[in-house]
Amino acid sequence: MTHMALLMSQLDQIFVLTSHWLLSYLPAALQPLCSAILSVAAIIIAFATLFALTTWLERKGLGRMQNRYGPNRVGPCGLFQPIADGVKSLTKEDIVPITADHAVHYMAPVLLVAASFLGYAVLPIGRNMVLVDLNAGVLFFFAVGSLMELAVFMAGWSSRSKYSLLGAMRAIAQMISYEVPLVLASIVVLMQAGSLSTVAIVNMQASYSGIWPHWFLFTPWGFAGFVLFMIAATAEANRSPFDLPEGESEIIAGYYTEYSGFKFALFFLGEYIGMFATSGMAITLFLGGWSAPFSFLTWVPSYLWFFAKLLTLIAIFIWIRGTLPRLRMDQLMNLAWQFMLPMTLLNLLTAGVWHFIPAGLTRWFVCSTMVVVPFILLSRGLRHRKKFQVRTYRYSQ
Amino acid sequence: MSSLQSYLLLSSLLFSIGLAGALTRRNAILVLIGIELMLNAANLNFIAFWRYGPNPEALTGIMFTIFSISIAAAEAAVGLSIILAAYRHCRTTNLDEMNSLKG
Amino acid sequence: MVLAVLTVAGTVAAMGLRNAVHCVLALTLGFAGIAMFYLQLGAQFVGFTQILVYVGAVAILAVFAIMMTHNDKPMAPPASSSPWILGGVAAAAVFAVLAWAIVSSTPSTSCQPPQPGATVQQIGDALMHRFVLPLEIMGLLLTAALIGAVVIAMDRREEMK
Repeated sequence: MTHMALLMSQLDQIFVLTSHWLLSYLPAALQPLCSAILSVAAIIIAFATLFALTTWLERKGLGRMQNRYGPNRVGPCGLFQPIADGVKSLTKEDIVPITADHAVHYMAPVLLVAASFLGYAVLPIGRNMVLVDLNAGVLFFFAVGSLMELAVFMAGWSSRSKYSLLGAMRAIAQMISYEVPLVLASIVVLMQAGSLSTVAIVNMQASYSGIWPHWFLFTPWGFAGFVLFMIAATAEANRSPFDLPEGESEIIAGYYTEYSGFKFALFFLGEYIGMFATSGMAITLFLGGWSAPFSFLTWVPSYLWFFAKLLTLIAIFIWIRGTLPRLRMDQLMNLAWQFMLPMTLLNLLTAGVWHFIPAGLTRWFVCSTMVVVPFILLSRGLRHRKKFQVRTYRYSQ
Repeated sequence: MSSLQSYLLLSSLLFSIGLAGALTRRNAILVLIGIELMLNAANLNFIAFWRYGPNPEALTGIMFTIFSISIAAAEAAVGLSIILAAYRHCRTTNLDEMNSLKG
Repeated sequence: MVLAVLTVAGTVAAMGLRNAVHCVLALTLGFAGIAMFYLQLGAQFVGFTQILVYVGAVAILAVFAIMMTHNDKPMAPPASSSPWILGGVAAAAVFAVLAWAIVSSTPSTSCQPPQPGATVQQIGDALMHRFVLPLEIMGLLLTAALIGAVVIAMDRREEMK
């Protein structure tokens, strides 16, 4: 029994042990630098592979939801499609408009990808497997996320074309509007955990009462916070149903209309990596990071749980993309400012009340009503406020 | 020259660059960002003194900087909205041409 | 040292370039450099707040304002107003006085003091106990600034129709 437990804990820490073993061959002066380089390389390789897998998964998933096959020619079930896509984007001609601002046009995708990858530095992927354990880890994550908006603007403005600029303005307005509910929804967790460090937040959720884990998802304010966080994350990543800035049927491709070849692939990569990073943060804050769902499943290595939860969230993203129609710009803005902002503030109040009522059935009841009742009232009130106007037509005189 | 002095020298250099920008540029928005740069240089000063100076209460520098950042952001927002309103009135952001109160 | 050169270069470019959007992007580089300095000095919370607020909000606000006032085309020369030499001389004089004051002063502690601890826990404690009044006033100020900015920049043409 204990032999099995030892083997499982070694499997759990296999990456940590491997890196220690590799580093022991180096002189002591070089070890911190090389350990950092090793971890960064591992993260980049792992998540770039996940990106390739997700593009395939998305096209197959969307295809099936739309009652058609996805790509199925390249390799078994189309599994080598990402490789074909990569080869295509690398070999395409890189067209830059003559009137474009070349320096900014070049820097924009680079900044986007760099900002997206920086967010992984504070995500705990497994037990003892975080790149940097910052004291203000969650703040670092949101700071880096706000760098992406600047990259989007640079892309749209430097192309000097109407569609790009329009798409960029819409995208930035959407991203800064949804950054507020995103941060507020995560503050609830920070209030409860008492720390901004991601490792501390995950460690708080890694305990069990009976077989149920102490994830923040299983509390009323945690559930509401998770739903709000996921909606805001979908909007931050410019994904359907919030993909008006890159809507293919409306403004061609929005802020990356004028990009071709490898730079377009970099934009694609940056968006998806940003989506994975925000999902990873949602997992860390609400879903317990690398901890197992039930106490009898803790023998499975921790990083497998993290990637399983990440894949579940990606599947949910793809599912929502295939199901819901796109939101118009004013509907998008109204959702952010009139619905999600009051809901996140009420969620904060609920979490505060949860903290002060002693544990038991009372606080479950009180907090659940505090979350559900305003949700029903607000959503119905906002729906009934829309006045339907008589449709008028203006003809040119 | 101690490291405190080098940080102070850097922040005074940034301050004077921001001052030069705020005094010489003729676009209202660029004057405003010169002012933002001056505020940033002062913040750097605070943090340098927090790190290297004698500090009986260990957090005053950081608190001051946090409040300064928030106030600077609020001031940037209000300043830019005033520039927008003035632009709607005068049709220009050139400070040399905004020289009459009548209108 | 490299960071200092980068920051100063960014800010000089921000004050000297012709195109307003290029100026703001160079300024963003300067802000990021200053944030790196905060991290180097050990103030993690302030450094990340600097990036979040300045790079993520103020720079984007400035860029939006430039877009809405149609300043994104390169400006006709001269890029600065006519008495630009006076402004430059004044700024250089200010820097000269400050630098002389800094270099000629004797520091009170000659050895490096230990790193003061500034965990987020301590900052939160200080904000809630000792600095709660400035915190509340800040909230009021930000609310007033928010409402004021929206009211001032609102399009009044709808009222005049």
